[in-house]
Amino acid sequence: MNQSNKSNISDALKDAGIEILTCLQCGTCSGSCPSGRYTGMITRKLVRKARVSTDVLHDPDLWMCTTCYTCQERCPREIKITDAILAIRTIAVHEGIMLPEHRRVSQLVLEYGHAVPINDAVKEKRVRLGMEALPETVHKYPDALADVQTLLESCGFDKLVAGTQE
Amino acid sequence: MNKLSLYLGCITPNRYPGIEKATKLCLERLKIDYADLPGASCCPAPGVFHSFDKATWLALANRNIVLSEEMERDVLTICNGCYGSLVDANNELKDDPALKKSTNAHLEKIGKKFKGTVDVRHIIELLYEEPGPDKIREMVTRPLDLKVALHYGCHLVKPSKERKLGSTEDPRFFDELVEATGAVSIDYPDKMACCGAGGGVRSALLDKSLETLEHKLSRIRDADVDCIVNACPFCHLQFDGGQVEIAAKNGFAYNIPVLHYSQLLGLAFGHSPEELGIDLNLVTNEDFLLKLKGTVGE
Repeated sequence: MNQSNKSNISDALKDAGIEILTCLQCGTCSGSCPSGRYTGMITRKLVRKARVSTDVLHDPDLWMCTTCYTCQERCPREIKITDAILAIRTIAVHEGIMLPEHRRVSQLVLEYGHAVPINDAVKEKRVRLGMEALPETVHKYPDALADVQTLLESCGFDKLVAGTQE
Repeated sequence: MNKLSLYLGCITPNRYPGIEKATKLCLERLKIDYADLPGASCCPAPGVFHSFDKATWLALANRNIVLSEEMERDVLTICNGCYGSLVDANNELKDDPALKKSTNAHLEKIGKKFKGTVDVRHIIELLYEEPGPDKIREMVTRPLDLKVALHYGCHLVKPSKERKLGSTEDPRFFDELVEATGAVSIDYPDKMACCGAGGGVRSALLDKSLETLEHKLSRIRDADVDCIVNACPFCHLQFDGGQVEIAAKNGFAYNIPVLHYSQLLGLAFGHSPEELGIDLNLVTNEDFLLKLKGTVGE
């Protein structure tokens, strides 16, 4: 990470209405974190790191958050911690840092308009239930899928997730 | 109640169609005015796409909302994740003219325009408000003799400042709807804990995700219930598919049946497990299906 980005994390968060500098490092967030119970995720450290360094963009803990919002609900300083984690992820993704599985899910949306597209086994289940094989979604309407793809291109999402850097 | 469009999302129609069928049967029984929402896409998933690129998330989410605006119907979601994405994306554009303008610049390319004329509802908060648990209890034709471990799921109630559904530590509204079917909602430790699936954790870090899930499953097993009830197909997938994955990994099968609330309510309205697609889950529990036959009859 180059020097110019050094203080950008807390500034960028501030621009998004999230103030992490008031964190008093009490640890309520870590104690409340369901992921932290079994993974190495320590929310308190993630917040501290985000205040001082862009190293947080490379911290694997960033991707262990299930976005359950318990830390955000319980924070005595009312810091939007979960929103902060999401916003830090945004910066990471725009720096080309992304888990390969997330890139794949993104590409599914680009191709099918669904993060979880249908398959033949489920089509059969639908028919067994007396339903049409294809649901009333982009799966059934090619024009609607084309619209979704146009939108994603307009937002530059195709280019954002096309990279190979991980 | 305003007229509704039924927004399906991804996992319901593409993995658990029984939830879609059960929802439609319940809405018809309750005489709730709903229509399909043709051409809808992924919401897109809040913890993943929202965190990748906000402009993309806003554009895609609000395209779904615009489809419903064009039908002059509020959006009805049956998934906590879709609810999270669509409520937040709708509110952001309603509250922020600059975001509305920038998002509409994208939507314009497909001939759409966000106006901000409809609301987004979740089936649980909707049913709690109208018709409400008392009226649902009156409409139940086959009261269920079931003990239920209820899983609210995170994005139904949190962030509370946006959801405005009361306590996130000990909410009751969903329990009341469960008990309106005759079932008993059994309290268990860590009832409000996450299933472990959200935020892209299940898709990218499955083992970690399953550890969080297994903790919750162990608590539910100790509570000695007949089934788990949820209001989110992604939690449903995590509980149902996750049990199979845990069994493959650890050799220990919890075998706890998993139902979306629409399926539970469908049973209480006299529909068979097969009509509601309960037998299409990955977890197979013959004892449960036999018990249902005894309860709901054929």
